[in-house]
Amino acid sequence: MNRRDGRFRKHFSASLTDFLFPVFQQELDTKHDKYERLVKISRDVTIESKRTIFLLHRVTSVPDAEDILNEADVKLDGVRQKIGLIAEELRGEDIHQFHRAFTPGIQEYVEAVSFQHYIRHHSLISLEEINARLVFMRTETHDAQVLTFQVTPSDYLLGVADLTGELMRMCISSVGNGDINTPFRLSQFLRQIHDGFSYIGNTGPYEVSKKLHTLRQSLGKVEDACYTLRVRGSEIPKHMLADVFSSRTTLIDPDEGVV
Amino acid sequence: MSVTEMFSYIQGFLSADQDVREEIRKVVQVLEQTAREILTVLQSVHQPSGFKEIPSKCTKARELFCTVRTQVADLKTKFPVEQYYRFHEHWRFVLQRLAFLAAFVVYLESETLVTREEAAQILGIEVVREKGFHLDVEDYLAGVLIMASELSRLAVNSVTAGDYSRPLRISNFINELDSGFRLLNLKNDPLRKRYDGLKYDVKKIEEVVYDLSIRGLAKEMDTVGDK
Repeated sequence: MNRRDGRFRKHFSASLTDFLFPVFQQELDTKHDKYERLVKISRDVTIESKRTIFLLHRVTSVPDAEDILNEADVKLDGVRQKIGLIAEELRGEDIHQFHRAFTPGIQEYVEAVSFQHYIRHHSLISLEEINARLVFMRTETHDAQVLTFQVTPSDYLLGVADLTGELMRMCISSVGNGDINTPFRLSQFLRQIHDGFSYIGNTGPYEVSKKLHTLRQSLGKVEDACYTLRVRGSEIPKHMLADVFSSRTTLIDPDEGVV
Repeated sequence: MSVTEMFSYIQGFLSADQDVREEIRKVVQVLEQTAREILTVLQSVHQPSGFKEIPSKCTKARELFCTVRTQVADLKTKFPVEQYYRFHEHWRFVLQRLAFLAAFVVYLESETLVTREEAAQILGIEVVREKGFHLDVEDYLAGVLIMASELSRLAVNSVTAGDYSRPLRISNFINELDSGFRLLNLKNDPLRKRYDGLKYDVKKIEEVVYDLSIRGLAKEMDTVGDK
């Protein structure tokens, strides 16, 4: 190292703060800003999806579910528009770089849309069906552009895992409304889903293993409700059915502290 | 599609995903081994005897980087190029290590900061995501910060080995690096935490420089060069 290093150093020092790091700053800022925008949209998706789920629960207390289902359609269309915004932000990006930003919203959407599907068709919506409705047309300039959002298998799994909780709630409220058929149908469906998750085991994302525990509890509650209805259903006046169900479950949960 | 069919399909997907990750893990293990070999070569510069051998160690490290490039080329074949971030966690650690080692070699050779482009070139990868397997800017910066710690240690050991001018140069370099990093708006993420460590490196080196200057051991870089 010799005398020329004095000048070299000064030049070098300027280049770090004048050239090198400002570029990094911009790149990082751009990425963070996009991440934040996605988090915001994802929050909106979560809120609207949750509201749709609350709405859908009302089908157990009305004779005709059609109005509620139509209203849910409108809400879910709104959610899909928001997912379209996510798709736009992700245009040209590696979606996995931002996955953590929008995965909560997407899981909630899967939960809502699969809930609606079950109420209508008594079956599980497929990943393909979900993704088929996440195709967006963008007519900018003269060309129509097709933008898609693909829900990943793992987000689908997590959304379906959460769906089971809603199905369990639906089971409880339908019993409370004197509906004796829904619980049995739900129990069968839930069991199939639970078996599916058992089959997957730990090969899925680790959050699935966590949700499996809750899923087993939900299934247990539903199966107990069916047992109670079968064994004692005819003995109990309709308005007390819900009480029987809830006291039965409190018997099983010792840590709830009820005798 | 029935529930069973749906889960069967998903299981197939997850299984395939696991297989890919297993393949990636194998190559990353090999890469980590090579990184350790490079580190072993370069760490010896901290020994008093090591200072004279810096050029030959850099040459040896450069040779090992050839191996790195071959192994990285193999890694690229294990997954679709557009899914870099899907599997990024698997190689993030070793890539940061390698970025650090590249930065360290370049510093030992020229006492300058390796640019992102140069670091990527040494590793045989791209800088821009769209062009292929690339060096993420955060991984590059993490590597640079690891090097800063290494240099603070080198400053200390330089003095022990009798080289009293190197710590001054390291001090200037680290301070410039610090100014650069101050320009960044970091979120509360691992990079931010690593950057928080930089101030300790700065402090440590300042103390070395102080120790030298009050004892009259420190000389300006220009006068050293004139000798």
